[in-house]
Amino acid sequence: MTTGSTEKVNGARALIKCLEEEGVDTIFGYPGGQIIPFYNELYDSNLRHILVRHEQAAAHAADGYARATGKTGVCVSTSGPGATNLVTGIATAYMDSVPIVALTGQVPTFLIGNDAFQEADIKGITQPITKHNYLVQDVNELPRIVKEAFHIASTGRPGPVLIDLPKDVQNAEIDFYYPDKVELRGYKPTYKGNIQQIKRAAEEISKSCMPIIYAGGGVISSNASAELVELAETINAPVTTTLLGIGAIPTEHPLYVGMLGMHGSKYANYAIQESDLIIAVGARFDDRVTGKLESFAPNARVIHIDVDPAEISKNVKVQIPIVGDAKQVLKSLNRYIKRCNSGAWIEKIKQWKKEYPLTYKQMSPDVIMPQFVVEQISEACKDAIIVTEVGQHQMWAAQFFKYKKPRTFITSGGLGTMGYGFPAAIGAKVGRPDKTVVNIAGDGSFQMNSQELATAVQNDIPVVSVILNNGYLGMVRQWQELFYDRRYSHTFIKGSVDFVKLAEAYGALGLRAERPSEVRPAIEEAVNSGRPAVVEVIVECEANVYPMVPAGAAINEILDMEEHADTPCAMPDLRKATADRVLDLEEQ
Amino acid sequence: MKHTLAVLVENKSGVLSRVASLFSRRGYNIDSLAVGVTEDPKTSRMTIVVDGDDHVLEQVTKQLNKLVDVIKVSDIGGDEAVERELALIKVTADVNARTEIIQIADIFRARIVDVAPKSMTIEVTGDEAKIQAIEKLLRQFGIKEMVRTGKIALVRGPKKV
Repeated sequence: MTTGSTEKVNGARALIKCLEEEGVDTIFGYPGGQIIPFYNELYDSNLRHILVRHEQAAAHAADGYARATGKTGVCVSTSGPGATNLVTGIATAYMDSVPIVALTGQVPTFLIGNDAFQEADIKGITQPITKHNYLVQDVNELPRIVKEAFHIASTGRPGPVLIDLPKDVQNAEIDFYYPDKVELRGYKPTYKGNIQQIKRAAEEISKSCMPIIYAGGGVISSNASAELVELAETINAPVTTTLLGIGAIPTEHPLYVGMLGMHGSKYANYAIQESDLIIAVGARFDDRVTGKLESFAPNARVIHIDVDPAEISKNVKVQIPIVGDAKQVLKSLNRYIKRCNSGAWIEKIKQWKKEYPLTYKQMSPDVIMPQFVVEQISEACKDAIIVTEVGQHQMWAAQFFKYKKPRTFITSGGLGTMGYGFPAAIGAKVGRPDKTVVNIAGDGSFQMNSQELATAVQNDIPVVSVILNNGYLGMVRQWQELFYDRRYSHTFIKGSVDFVKLAEAYGALGLRAERPSEVRPAIEEAVNSGRPAVVEVIVECEANVYPMVPAGAAINEILDMEEHADTPCAMPDLRKATADRVLDLEEQ
Repeated sequence: MKHTLAVLVENKSGVLSRVASLFSRRGYNIDSLAVGVTEDPKTSRMTIVVDGDDHVLEQVTKQLNKLVDVIKVSDIGGDEAVERELALIKVTADVNARTEIIQIADIFRARIVDVAPKSMTIEVTGDEAKIQAIEKLLRQFGIKEMVRTGKIALVRGPKKV
């Protein structure tokens, strides 16, 4: 069936035809009463449907699929509880600007507003966490709405779009016709940067002696890595990335200084603080990046390249804003730039790198340090896509894996959703079956969506989850240790489950490593098994993520492990001051 | 500082709710909001009076522009503009007070739209200051009830927003 011809079909069939027209090959979902007509048509279709075990996982899997492939992910659920279960996944995608389209069943139009069985106002509920959303009230609007939804989700600053589909609309007949273009008066993203602004930026760069490039998730989503590296190498400037920007430049590139912000490298934070020019690309100066705003990069002028005009000057005052797509703007900017006089600056940064390396201490000889596990994964699975949950393990995965390419680090940055990693890894593996996909998890996070082992096994999706089991909700425990006098309120979860048996119960491979020498073989066995696998690694229970900039502090006020190593209970002055500040912030 | 925004939006259900929830979520204060269809039935126009400094105004404008259903946002506070509100004011009015109330209404070019043995209702249009002024004068008689529309505004001259 080609665009342009018409055919009489019901709404559900029309929806499937729309998805095919959009080039969708895989969807993640879970059926229910109000979406049965769609599933009925799906039965005869060639679309691959991955049946999850909880709708939240469908949204995360669509998100992981989108981040790994660059295509728009699609998830489906029924009305009411099915739809509300998608909410966390949609919010996660919204905060990280990931293109997904969520399809939800809805009670028939004549029952809407009646508090019918399994009715929820999902359009209202998702209004603040979608880029746009729709309730289809007339089947004749369906093709146009689907066309618009995919267009809106994937263009400009990408994001989730939800389409709510009443059951009677799915059943109603339509002369199917798929529009070939969208007409949206209020939606016209800017892609090409203003050339005058680009020239001003080049001029500003040429005057800078201490420039730094600060790259975010926008570089990944616009596939601008090559242009970014070209910019850095041409002007000879260090590059720091946000959590979502990891992979935009290879970890081992000599100009890369690592992630900045709360758990960034010391040298990245020192560099941005002392810089005289920040070239921000596809990043949004989040509070985890800037720390205390008033003392952020006090001497720097700022060039900000972003596709979303609302991000410019939202948090940090910008001298040269350039609204546009990162790839297009960088391409254009790269034509006007020349090498900066940054030799001394680069030397200084090299010194910092030597003086304050990103490292960790072996706390006792036989114990497995979590950072060591990440290093082992890095060596054993060099070209893997790494997905994470949220917490300490996420930061270690950001700090100690050596990334080579964009779209190989997938994590929930903005919303910080525990339980994201495993279903997102399933989505990533479905989208990139050629790649090894490793979910680096904590024992807390993994338990939030461990039921998806069934999804992985049933659909034969061989993702490997490496659980850094420290018996704690580690990141909260770390805060309790540092700022709440080691009062470990409700963060102790040791022994909650035998992860090996859990994996086996689902028919997955379960392995455990309890000594450093067992880590590498276990990872290799899991990866080589070609099966869904869980590797439980028993790690040091009180290891902390360092460096750490306490919340609300300037990003060069950094806590480091040295203070912690021997006297874990001691509270240095900075820590005390920070504890007070945390309390202050909370009282406000 | 107060700003008057003229916001052209798609004339569709749910748009008002998107705009209102954007204001509440981002913590911006709406002083008044009036909405109605324009000369083009596919387009509605909202007039929003918002209080805030330039940074807030810039963010409000950008965030509104991000809504897919918002077609255009213009700050018309700086332009020479015709601005109007309408108020209906029901005052306590026995026989003795009527004459004086009618006089006040005349001065303000307001109209008496309802008379009852113990009350009168006055309709007045004008800018905010005028409505405040007549409200102040009528208060001595006892205002039983008052209802105001939000401000609506058009830039003077041939220019469109």
